[in-house]
Amino acid sequence: MNKVGTLDEALMHIHNGCVLMCGGFGGIGNPPTLIKGMIKKDIRDLTLIANDTAFPTIGIGKVVSQGRVKKLITSHIGSNPVAGKLMVEGKMDVEFSPQGTLAERIRAGGVGLGGILVDVGIGSMVEEGKEKVYVKGEEYVIETALTADVSIVHAKKADTFGNLIYDTSARNTNPLVAMAGKITIAEVEEIVPVGQLDPNAIVTPGVFVNMVIQSEGVDWKWAWE
Amino acid sequence: MGLGIDVRNRMARRAAKEIKDGMIVNLGIGIPSLVSNHLSRDHNVMFHSENGVLGMGASPEKGKENPMLCNAAGYPVTIVPGASYFDSTTAFSIIRAGLLDITILGGLEVSEKGDLANWIIPGKRVPGIGGAMELARKAKRVIVLLSHLNKNGEPKIVPTCTLPLTAERCVNMIITDMAIIEVTEGGLILTEVMAPFTVEEVIEKTGAKLLISENVETVY
Repeated sequence: MNKVGTLDEALMHIHNGCVLMCGGFGGIGNPPTLIKGMIKKDIRDLTLIANDTAFPTIGIGKVVSQGRVKKLITSHIGSNPVAGKLMVEGKMDVEFSPQGTLAERIRAGGVGLGGILVDVGIGSMVEEGKEKVYVKGEEYVIETALTADVSIVHAKKADTFGNLIYDTSARNTNPLVAMAGKITIAEVEEIVPVGQLDPNAIVTPGVFVNMVIQSEGVDWKWAWE
Repeated sequence: MGLGIDVRNRMARRAAKEIKDGMIVNLGIGIPSLVSNHLSRDHNVMFHSENGVLGMGASPEKGKENPMLCNAAGYPVTIVPGASYFDSTTAFSIIRAGLLDITILGGLEVSEKGDLANWIIPGKRVPGIGGAMELARKAKRVIVLLSHLNKNGEPKIVPTCTLPLTAERCVNMIITDMAIIEVTEGGLILTEVMAPFTVEEVIEKTGAKLLISENVETVY
């Protein structure tokens, strides 16, 4: 079961208008080579599900700031002013979820649940239009699960079966996003033969991953550089 | 905001006094991020970050940054002994389970009931929610750092928030460039003023009703 593929093979799964989920947080843990490939392929009209929109020239932020997203489900766009502009001008539809709720909605989608019950957001705009239930006397909002046509994630190491190990805080939303795609493509810094990863250290079991590609590394400068 | 770095550091230094040894603490973006600089060097505090770190340390030396190891604002950090990495659901499990002793957040408005608005100015600024709703609602203690007045010179401490809320009745303490205010069941209590301001000036520049503590101290 060798799941190692090329960038071109990976991009064959990503189409205009698809629902794309991308791992990462503030650009860290976004898969740079897949993002570069999507831009080169001129992918447009995406429904994008991502923790945030990074920065205008960093990570998934590039896809957003180039106007390639028609609908965005996210928790934060503050570090990408272009995203805010597109939203205010009505060029991009944005649905905000509280960050922890978004992570759990993605997880729920990945693990076969229909949604989650949350009290965070009650008394705010977040609860508008959503069904509520009482459980043991406590009020909760029903937040629906999220899945995607394609999930793209970044990891430090994979074996050829697709078992994944992440790098420090670049883990963030990646293990959740990896579970929630009908097709999940992992871009990794190092690919090793099966048997080379310590089963105790594996975070994402390879069963969730459809394809592994070699990363070419980031092609942007970080905000702090 | 337009507060000078000296004033911002004074607010951060005052907030740092609320952090005790052994606490689990989350600092928001902006002035709150300065708070850790004002703790003693040998502090025994575990800093939590929404992107999946418990036990963040100081900023790395220039040239020694690990681009993968960052705080929630995307800036490089280091870790302390005992630190751990985890995914976003665990990061928010820690918050929702009520394991944070203190969160220190920025704010756009705080009401006299302790309601907080800090995520959107409709049609103008849309930073987004991030982790603010979980932090504001679930941390054991919520401290908000904000300028006393907005850029039009209007009070940010108001009877009722006009901006969309982050969470209701969540704020315990407000620290501004003019005053330190405790939020209690009985209302807002002015406990300290920031030099050179007087109690009268603080009352005048506050939109909500203030109760005045018996001994209002001055913070220099």
